[in-house]
Amino acid sequence: MNKKNNQKRLLMQNLKKQLIPVLAVLLALLIGMIILLIAKRNPIEAYIALFKGSFGDLSRFGDTLQRSTPIIFTGLAVAFAFRCGLFNIGVEGQLLIGALVSAYVGYYVKGLPMIVHLPLTIISGMIAAGIWAAIPAILKAYRGVHEVITTIMLNYIAISLLAYSIETLRNSPIPKTPDILDSAKLAKLGEFLPFFKDSSVNIGFVLAIVTCFLVYFILWKTVLGYEVRAVGYSPLAAEDGGIKISKNIIYAMIISGMLAGLGGVEGVLGLKHSLVSGLYDGYGFEGIAVALLANNNPIGIIISGILLGSLSSGGLYMDMAANVPQDIIKIIQALIIFFVVANQIVRFIVYGKKKEVLL
Amino acid sequence: MDKLITISIIMATLRISTPLILGALGGVFSERSGVVNIALEGIMLMGAFGAVVATYYTGNPWIGIIFAMIVGALTAYIHAIVSIKYRANQVVSGTAINILAVGLTIFLLRILFNVEGTSPSVKKLPQWFIPGTDYAFNPIVYIALALVTISWIVLYKTSLGLRIRTVGEHPHAADTVGINVYKIRYLSVIISGVLAGLAGAHLSIGEGTVFVREMTNGRGFIALAAMIFGKFHPVGAMAAALFFGYFEAVQINLAGLIIGGVEIPSQFIQMLPYIVTIIVLAGFMGKSRPPAADGIPYDKGER
Repeated sequence: MNKKNNQKRLLMQNLKKQLIPVLAVLLALLIGMIILLIAKRNPIEAYIALFKGSFGDLSRFGDTLQRSTPIIFTGLAVAFAFRCGLFNIGVEGQLLIGALVSAYVGYYVKGLPMIVHLPLTIISGMIAAGIWAAIPAILKAYRGVHEVITTIMLNYIAISLLAYSIETLRNSPIPKTPDILDSAKLAKLGEFLPFFKDSSVNIGFVLAIVTCFLVYFILWKTVLGYEVRAVGYSPLAAEDGGIKISKNIIYAMIISGMLAGLGGVEGVLGLKHSLVSGLYDGYGFEGIAVALLANNNPIGIIISGILLGSLSSGGLYMDMAANVPQDIIKIIQALIIFFVVANQIVRFIVYGKKKEVLL
Repeated sequence: MDKLITISIIMATLRISTPLILGALGGVFSERSGVVNIALEGIMLMGAFGAVVATYYTGNPWIGIIFAMIVGALTAYIHAIVSIKYRANQVVSGTAINILAVGLTIFLLRILFNVEGTSPSVKKLPQWFIPGTDYAFNPIVYIALALVTISWIVLYKTSLGLRIRTVGEHPHAADTVGINVYKIRYLSVIISGVLAGLAGAHLSIGEGTVFVREMTNGRGFIALAAMIFGKFHPVGAMAAALFFGYFEAVQINLAGLIIGGVEIPSQFIQMLPYIVTIIVLAGFMGKSRPPAADGIPYDKGER
């Protein structure tokens, strides 16, 4: 009898834990409403406009899926590193390097059929981003340098490289590189699904979903994933069990970088077809919110990515329809992060208990 | 080479370095107490905005400075609550502050002034001449230089400083001898907020008359780099900040610089502070060791 009660209690606690992200989002939206009220805007009108802007019709829904694509990739990147106990704040820079190299390969490598050129472009962007991420990984593994500062520095170096490439390659007054060849473009989904014909969603979104499952498989069904998680869970215990910490740190960061790079690749091959300045600014940081909200679970990232993507993609419509500055979305995103990482606040507000044992 | 050290470049270096010095000093206080503060970027941005708002409504830039410091302290307080009281990951909390600052300042620009990216022009801080010369700086430049000495004295010559450093190195030992770890950490993070807020005021009402969206443009992160390069020491942080500031100041003169027959693009000179920081961190230019308990939330009950 006692055992049964215990099980029931554990189940309830587990359920409460699963509810934290949902409650975090609801609380953040609630505080967003209060901010809007103080700013003398109608919050109900604003949120309805936001919803219409992201899900109002099929083409808007398609745009929402496109907006979610890069942050699903960056969310996966952050989550994979987190699983190894690393905080990859460099996804921003790795994404840019992925974009940069795919823009070069997509434009300069000529005369190849699509079946060769497209994969080549994608893979070269991925590998470049992986190498970029290997720099902080090697410094961390062999010289004990904390990855947070090095990756922030590398982000700014990547931004300068991007600016340099655009300035030297541009052939028009618009600050962008020449368009990539058709053989390197990711097709719009509208070409296969007529109801998406007015939206920007492309094969990149499908690739993102497939990647989520692939990352899930790597993390839970392969030796590599097992070792990466073991190091993240308890480095010393993992080492006692014969797992090399430095090797796994490097692998985890490289894979994380490659995932981030794919986000940039989608931006060039699927959306802009060239390297544009300001491409995907802040998408690396959004990835942190996506990963946290999904509790670093690759399948959960599909949901959290689309959720955060929909907030941002509806922002412009909300701005115009309800005269609400779309930057309220950034405020809500920050609040979501606060509530997820400091989830005791949520527990306190919702369950009214100061501290809960066993969580 | 004669173009690389002139009076105007030295003046520009000091002006450009000021927010870096202040931010780096803030970083020293926070990290010495054991709290990683990558929120400096966002706090600086909030300070810059606060300075313009207060100056706009009062017409007095001095009130702008004070308000910038208050806004900085409040923003840092959020970081302190989340990372000290709720023991959240300090880097994640800092990232959230940075996102919040960008969103909130642009949002408020629209709400308060109904403008898109640039605030209305406000009264600038006065320029104070160096006695006997024609050269002048805004007061925050002098304040920043004075604060380097003050920070050094506080950290190394007072019991408060000793407490801050102890809490950052070995919080449990500090607790045992009766130091309130939480209180010291709250105080240190709030001091870092005041300093970063002041840095923001320098950018908006010290050097200009307006607030521009995302105007800190990575300076908070460079300040963080200066703090590490300066080995978590106020004087070292200042030296590193001046070094980074110098490179930004000479950039214009270095444009078109030719080394070995190859012209170095300006973007590569921009990268220099970041590359130097990585090299320093890697231990190739003297090891910079963070305080032992830096980044680890303190849990009184845990042994």
